Amino acid sequence: MKFGVITFPGSNSDEDAFLAITDVLGQEGVKLWHKDHDLRGVDVVILPGGFSYGDYLRAGAIARFSPIMREVVAHADRGGPVVGICNGFQIACEAGLLPGALLRNASLQFVSELCRVRVETTETRFSNQYAPGQILRLPIAHGDGRYTADDATLDRLEQNGQVVFRYVNAKGETDPSADPNGSMRGIAGIVNERGNVLGLMPHPERAAEAIVGSADGVALFESLLAQVGV
Amino acid sequence: MTVLPRPGDPVITPALVAEHGLTPDEYQRLVDMLGRTPTFTELGVVSALWSEHCSYKHSRPLLRTLPTKAPYVLQGPGENAGVIAVGDGLAVAFKIESHNHPSAVEPYQGAATGVGGILRDVFTMGARPIAMLNSLRFGSLDHPRVRYLFAGVVKGIGDYGNSVGVPTIGGEVVFDPAYETNPLVNAMCVGVMHERDLIRAKAEGVGNPIIAVGARTGRDGIHGASFASEDLSHESDAKRPRVQVGDPFTEKLLLEASLELIKSGHIVAIQDMGAAGLTSSSAEMAARGDVGVTIDVTKMPVREEGMTPYEILLSESQERMLVVAKRGHEAQVKEILAKWDLSAEVIGEVIAEPVYRVTEGDRVVAEFPGSRLVTDCPVYHPDARESDTIAALRARDVDAIRERPEERDAAWTLRELLSSPTIASKAWVYRQYDTSVRTNTMLGPGGDAAVLRLRGTRKALAVKTDCNGRYVYLEPRVGGRIAVAEAARNVACTGARPMAITNCLNFGNPKRPEVFFQFREAVGGMAEACETLGTPVTGGNVSLYNESPNGAVFPTPVIGMVGLADDVDHVTRATFQQAGDTIVLLGEPTSELGASEYLARVHNVTAGAPPRCDLQVERRLIDLLLEAIQAGVVSSAHDCSDGGLAVALAECAMADREQRFSATVDLSSWSGISKRAMLFGEAQGRVVVSTDSPARVERIAAARGVPVRRIGIVEAADRPFRIEYAGGQLVAPLEQLASAYHNAIPSIMTRVAVADDALAADAPSTVGS
Repeated sequence: MKFGVITFPGSNSDEDAFLAITDVLGQEGVKLWHKDHDLRGVDVVILPGGFSYGDYLRAGAIARFSPIMREVVAHADRGGPVVGICNGFQIACEAGLLPGALLRNASLQFVSELCRVRVETTETRFSNQYAPGQILRLPIAHGDGRYTADDATLDRLEQNGQVVFRYVNAKGETDPSADPNGSMRGIAGIVNERGNVLGLMPHPERAAEAIVGSADGVALFESLLAQVGV
Repeated sequence: MTVLPRPGDPVITPALVAEHGLTPDEYQRLVDMLGRTPTFTELGVVSALWSEHCSYKHSRPLLRTLPTKAPYVLQGPGENAGVIAVGDGLAVAFKIESHNHPSAVEPYQGAATGVGGILRDVFTMGARPIAMLNSLRFGSLDHPRVRYLFAGVVKGIGDYGNSVGVPTIGGEVVFDPAYETNPLVNAMCVGVMHERDLIRAKAEGVGNPIIAVGARTGRDGIHGASFASEDLSHESDAKRPRVQVGDPFTEKLLLEASLELIKSGHIVAIQDMGAAGLTSSSAEMAARGDVGVTIDVTKMPVREEGMTPYEILLSESQERMLVVAKRGHEAQVKEILAKWDLSAEVIGEVIAEPVYRVTEGDRVVAEFPGSRLVTDCPVYHPDARESDTIAALRARDVDAIRERPEERDAAWTLRELLSSPTIASKAWVYRQYDTSVRTNTMLGPGGDAAVLRLRGTRKALAVKTDCNGRYVYLEPRVGGRIAVAEAARNVACTGARPMAITNCLNFGNPKRPEVFFQFREAVGGMAEACETLGTPVTGGNVSLYNESPNGAVFPTPVIGMVGLADDVDHVTRATFQQAGDTIVLLGEPTSELGASEYLARVHNVTAGAPPRCDLQVERRLIDLLLEAIQAGVVSSAHDCSDGGLAVALAECAMADREQRFSATVDLSSWSGISKRAMLFGEAQGRVVVSTDSPARVERIAAARGVPVRRIGIVEAADRPFRIEYAGGQLVAPLEQLASAYHNAIPSIMTRVAVADDALAADAPSTVGS
């Protein structure tokens, strides 16, 4: 399977995603450049973490205007899978690929830790290799991760099974003290209605090998592979 | 060529010379060198290059006494960063640098630009930065101004490093009133590269173009280097405009572009325009290459109109590089920079004539013969004499200090120490730093040293900064020795062999004999330790004039140590790993109590002699640790330092929030040592190890001639933490100790809104993703 990782100016987890795809999963990785107009035939697009355009103005707000984003939106409209991680989640929201927005953390501080999220649904192309309710250890590192949407949107996300990951405590329960950024309903990751665009604040690509703390992120990418039987 | 005063420039007067920080003697040297009165531009150039910060004029002779050689040292002092070979064709570049003065008046930008500068020092060697560390010193958190400085510095470090995408994985934070108005902010960067990509900042090749790369030059930071070379005073706040403003986004682009440029083969040299900006980068590159250079300031891309040559030469605008390209390759250089949306302008060239020349169009505004601009800087050998006050403090009999009534319960004392901000968990700090980006972090902050895997090999790199300024204050030679020994011990505890150091020497005003005494002695102690432990110095930074109206800071020679583990499987944690393991103490307990955190925290006393440090013992201890770890018989290893054995044991039990244990320890057979020296004394050369094969650890220790004692058992976390000693016992629920340790700093910082309010007005509007 061909995974394309986009480098925006200021992306900094693009290499992490690329290495997880190639070194750990042994899949084909393609480095895509923000000024390009061509996705070079990739099956999956990854919008990586980082600080695209320095997060100046607002996280993700400038990157959505990058030339390549037109191709990414078209790819998503065709039903092609897109994974937005951290800054990539912010870009996906800014680009209208996902509902809601990511605001400044409730603590007003950047937060970096190995958090816990619970798999809320395995009925997506990004989570079918997890067990229902499985607790994952994934690193987070962000200043603007507080998922926010109006009640109607949140209700719809819940009803449609679009909430994929939720922050939980060590017992696997939702708990305001285990929600590292004050996200509404503890939401850490969602898919769009069609189920082909995933956005999440935690970094599955940085949790691809036990030697660096966790390998719980691998199954997310394996889910995409299982989907097409690669 | 004729150099004439530029119309409109001030006339050179003794007052103007003094304002530029030059002594009458130094000014005379300049006149003698030129054979005429300098122009205003020349005066500015010399004031920057001959500032303490750039010239090391008070420290150079002593720095030369430090050992700098080992077969694996590829680049020693004198370059942007030191470089060592680590095998598999890989090399590691690393350097530490201070940003104390800027951080004292503008903590957020001061710290942020400190991070930016040290990153550039490492990637201009051709290395990709893979880790940042920070060694920080502040006054007591009881003061609102200190909390403001602390919060601002941490945020500045975090926002910059996080944005650039380099994990900040270690360091230390120490609080003592000695640093109240003059905090220390030392940033260390570690980078990795293929040996073949190593590049040096040496101008070569007559006719090669000199290119300014990166951000445009503005009027910010003019005279930053001189500001860093004077005492802080009540007027220092007025010098806030001398502090530069950082832009991590441009830095990230510059990082990627520079590495691409170095790999491309189109350039021969590259250097950061850091302190004293264009002036020092161009003069130093020319001096290293022993060539002449000419620079036309009108070619420099500027941010503002009407900038004078003086301003352009001395600006410390951030995120700029000076590149010497190969002649005829200008277009390729520009193309690489353009890909990253950065500008590159040819501003001068390398010339055969041995001069350093600056023009403004056709007019020559500054010209110095050969490299004398760099080499003619005076060197001073100041008087050194120990302060009687400090000698008396050292001689004080600290055993005569009576216990406080609360100390009858040793658990009370232990909680006091665990909640001392110097000892307590620094998670409040490092939760604000991205530690996982680049996916190399095996052990992040909070342990003895941070450890990174070296991708593509079985090896791992351990990194650590260390210094106990109180020790150095009370006995500089011993303190200097301990700073190196403890950093080495920390690195060895993680399973890595200590390899080399970089140092950041933070001292007061060298013209005061008692300060220069501290400097001389501390450097002497460090040299002894580096020699014995086989860890040469590959570079560093000297920061003098760390004084305020309240006096000098504790002399603080911070050591940045790099170590290498041959196999990632040897990487060892500081905290206990399984109940039932035997707890073993390596090294010898003593009755020493002087200079301890116990005296400072519990009795508010800074006195007594610091613990002795026998370097031969330290060396044997390191060898023993590595042998035992490689033999697979060590579950955990933790250095015994601030707060002594009781604190070390408590940390082994509960420092890891995810995986806690308790311990039952029996010291009742120890005789001739007071209870508090036994529990809280800071005898050197000791490590707490947990093991499931104590007999094998004992055999290895015996063969190495290191004392070893079985002192207890690792227990499940629901058991009370217990240390028995002759005549009593320390018993505490583990939860109570954990709470003292983990909540100390958050409870101080969240209680206080002042710092946050002050910051909100200061920091830029983005926190970032």
